[in-house]
Amino acid sequence: MNWGAVWAIARKDAMVALRTRAVVLPLIIVPLVLMVGVPVLVGLISGMATHIDAPSSDMTELTNALPPDFGEQYAGLTEVQAGYIYFILYLFAPMYLVLPLMASSVVAADSFAGEKERKTLEALVYTPTTDRELLLAKILGGWIPGSLVGLVGFIVYAIVADIMTLYVAGRIVLPNPLWLLLAFWVGPAAAALGLGVTVIASSRVNTFQEAYQIGSLIVLPIVLLVVGQAAGAFILSNWLVALMGLVLWIINAIIFAIATATFRRTALMARL
Amino acid sequence: MDATSTAVIITEELTRSFGAHIAVNNLTLRIEAGEVFGFLGHNGAGKTTTVRLLNGVLAPTSGSVRVFGLDPTTAGHRIRARTGVLTETPALDSRLTARATLLHFAEVYGVPARDRRRRVDELLATFELQKRADSKVGGFSKGMRQRLALARTLIHDPDIIFLDEPTSGLDPVAIRDVHQMIEWLTHRGRTVFLCTHNLAEAERLCDRVAVLAQGRVLAIGTTRELGSRLNRGHRISVEVDASDIARAVKLFAATPPVSLAEAVTDRAAVRNGSASIVLHGVSRPDIPQIIQTATEQGIKLYRVQPEEPSLEDVYFALQEL
Repeated sequence: MNWGAVWAIARKDAMVALRTRAVVLPLIIVPLVLMVGVPVLVGLISGMATHIDAPSSDMTELTNALPPDFGEQYAGLTEVQAGYIYFILYLFAPMYLVLPLMASSVVAADSFAGEKERKTLEALVYTPTTDRELLLAKILGGWIPGSLVGLVGFIVYAIVADIMTLYVAGRIVLPNPLWLLLAFWVGPAAAALGLGVTVIASSRVNTFQEAYQIGSLIVLPIVLLVVGQAAGAFILSNWLVALMGLVLWIINAIIFAIATATFRRTALMARL
Repeated sequence: MDATSTAVIITEELTRSFGAHIAVNNLTLRIEAGEVFGFLGHNGAGKTTTVRLLNGVLAPTSGSVRVFGLDPTTAGHRIRARTGVLTETPALDSRLTARATLLHFAEVYGVPARDRRRRVDELLATFELQKRADSKVGGFSKGMRQRLALARTLIHDPDIIFLDEPTSGLDPVAIRDVHQMIEWLTHRGRTVFLCTHNLAEAERLCDRVAVLAQGRVLAIGTTRELGSRLNRGHRISVEVDASDIARAVKLFAATPPVSLAEAVTDRAAVRNGSASIVLHGVSRPDIPQIIQTATEQGIKLYRVQPEEPSLEDVYFALQEL
């Protein structure tokens, strides 16, 4: 494996993509809205609600959905306060995965399709890399920024969430094992999944937009997670999150194996 | 490739189709190390497809290819480590600076880290890009982009350089620079595969040329060899004083072995107050006789030059076959 060439291509892809407005804008706006805007907004509403005599029946459905040890851990809190902490720790958790998934997809969409659009693909295919090395370089070029955006997003979220839970409930709740697993185990796996799908799409279409639209479909399972948890079908636990990460990494391994077995620069050039 | 062979590129009946369209049709070539080989043909003749096939970035439909004795379909990466390809479009990322572009490709092509900056500085100097080394490529002129692309092609000091229309769209100064660069490469023993539709360029630079049309090679050889295939009699061009033109045409037409003497329009000659006549059926050994006859009859001669078939003559004659 020609790691020097792989690393050079991946590093250049990541650096150049992060200087491209079409790539950077979603990487700034989505984390700001998702990791700052939403917890602050919900926190402000919850903070105000703690000063209002809300009927307890309003919160009954929510408390029924709480994890078994949640009550012990946060004993003494009002239902609104507990509800906000539940939102921060559990309800919002699947939404966090949008971040690494989206970030890697955006960068990956810029890979082969972006190269075709900018007419730079030929210089790349003439490099002394094997097909496998070229694909790996493109995947790493998306995975590194995707994972980094995920980790930075987690840090920002932890700070914002702690400020808001301190304001609403007088407690600091992050980081906890579940979120550490999400950030360091599931997040990078989600980033890999997003870019695996998008890089494959990117090698088969001609524009960044087409590749990005196809790659965006990968967000759908996350929507199912959010809806499923909100509907009380399941609650994310440490074990479930660890298992989710494992499944994602296995899917990634399968996708990468299929991609390396089928990706041929000769096929890419035949479509050029 | 046998042990004594110096051929670096060998193809046998190489064919590549795209659906019903045959882009390269039964191409058989043998290119020696250190040769400047011209690949002539108009747009769509199959030149770019051939370069892709030779570098293993496109798979052949049938036939065989060996570059450095390796099969591009299985060892393309090893071949590409020793070839440099200047693509038809410069294929440069406009978001990078010239220096960053060259440093990136130096790393990808495995130039040792300790040599990279020196190599990049050398190439920037060679191609007169030092002053814009840290400017983004997006602001470069077409000529500067082409020079930078050529520098990138040479970053790893390749053994074979494929140049796909290297002077297309360049101004005369940039064209002269590219030609000088090709000559410099050949002096250093590099093999150059030059795809062009500029016949004067091929005639000036190439040891041998192949004339291509619709994916098929019509002829291969030196310009002289190809010229000898033209069944055209030898000719001599004569420039006489404009006042003597009618008398000279009559005189030369009656001088054996001239078969035909025809006055031709030559603007440069007209500007100099002279006129040109082309004499058919005569060749270099007849020149002293032509001069003697004209001088005896008091015709002022300014120039006498044997006309050999140019590559342009050959090219168009082959295309018409």
